[in-house]
Amino acid sequence: MEKNISCSFSDLSSNLGISCFIAFITIILVRVIYVIYRTGKPLSKRSPQALSTLIVLGSGGHTAEMINLLLVLQKDRFTPRFFIAAATDNMSIQKARVLESSWADSQSGVKGISAEFMQIYRSREVGQSYITSVWTTLVAMVHALWLMIKIRPQVVLCNGPGTCFPLCVIAFIFKVIGIRWSSIFYVESIARVKRLSLSGLLLYKLRIADQFFVQWPQLHRKYPRAHYVGCLM
Amino acid sequence: MGESLDGVKGKRVVFVTVGTTRFDALVKVVDSQEVKDELLRRGYTNLLIQMGRGSYLPTKSTGDDGSLAVDYFTFSSSIVEHLKSASLVISHAGSGSIFETMRFGKPLIVVVNEDLMDNHQSELAEELAERKHLYCARPPTLHLTIASMDLKSLVPYSPGDATPVAKLINRFLGFPED
Repeated sequence: MEKNISCSFSDLSSNLGISCFIAFITIILVRVIYVIYRTGKPLSKRSPQALSTLIVLGSGGHTAEMINLLLVLQKDRFTPRFFIAAATDNMSIQKARVLESSWADSQSGVKGISAEFMQIYRSREVGQSYITSVWTTLVAMVHALWLMIKIRPQVVLCNGPGTCFPLCVIAFIFKVIGIRWSSIFYVESIARVKRLSLSGLLLYKLRIADQFFVQWPQLHRKYPRAHYVGCLM
Repeated sequence: MGESLDGVKGKRVVFVTVGTTRFDALVKVVDSQEVKDELLRRGYTNLLIQMGRGSYLPTKSTGDDGSLAVDYFTFSSSIVEHLKSASLVISHAGSGSIFETMRFGKPLIVVVNEDLMDNHQSELAEELAERKHLYCARPPTLHLTIASMDLKSLVPYSPGDATPVAKLINRFLGFPED
């Protein structure tokens, strides 16, 4: 008799456990589907306030292209600004600092630089094998999570370096969990004429970016959900 | 451009840049007798090489004996002055170097690094070469490109514009149109 009772009790609790687990997975799936559905739909707010903005910098031409874009954005709409570059990329942070100081100088009497500069472990070094990149990407993901929890941006601007992928994935997860809704904008580099970069391909296929911009018509033909905006440089 | 007619050559500098990369194949081939002879034949007097993180060291030369004057350095905080004073630029295929050079309207030969793993850089160089904004070469064929190039046939590149992207971003976020 007692054996039967304890058996049925453990059955009950394991059934309960399984039900909770299934309910949890279902909720997550529903949230993911909802986020993917809402991704790419313009925000419904009229005249929003200033939006906290994460700007992802990358070595080589990436930072130059990003600065080119920042110069035509109204800085009072995208503030406070958080710049993230790879840990080994001091030049990009330097260029961003120069840009921000020139903005601070040109403003009269306003509070000083409303920007922060951070560095993140790289998902993948240039030339690194794709196999070892799996581990380094995981490390980068954890570091990215730490930084994103601190920043919780409303806007994410990126243009291709590997560093942006973990950050965009985490921004997407924040949308699913409800920590912060953000608008993710991805501008594929001008150096990408016929093929997308790996970051671009992933963000396009997984529908993580709200708006995906390409600079050459060949890419627009291949990836019709992207916006063709011509050359930025 | 073109050869000086009065026999007294002004200084005509060829500036070679590899940006922040290492591109020994380019530095080596530019330092080769074949390429240097071709540059002399086309009327250039000086060769200045920015060699970046490379390990191959070119041979310096004062050019007093009528040969090409050769000098090199690794990095500088800004290559703008070198670009401005160059008559010809030979660059690696990085987009930053390419667009910075075209902004100054300098004739440009882009050399693609065949040793790079995922060589997406060649896409940009080839596209711009197809549109006649620059010449595209690989290290083994550089001397041929120099011999046959017609710089007057190059089409100036009109700078791009980031405002279409800004407009779309602002519209998406609900900011009013200016």
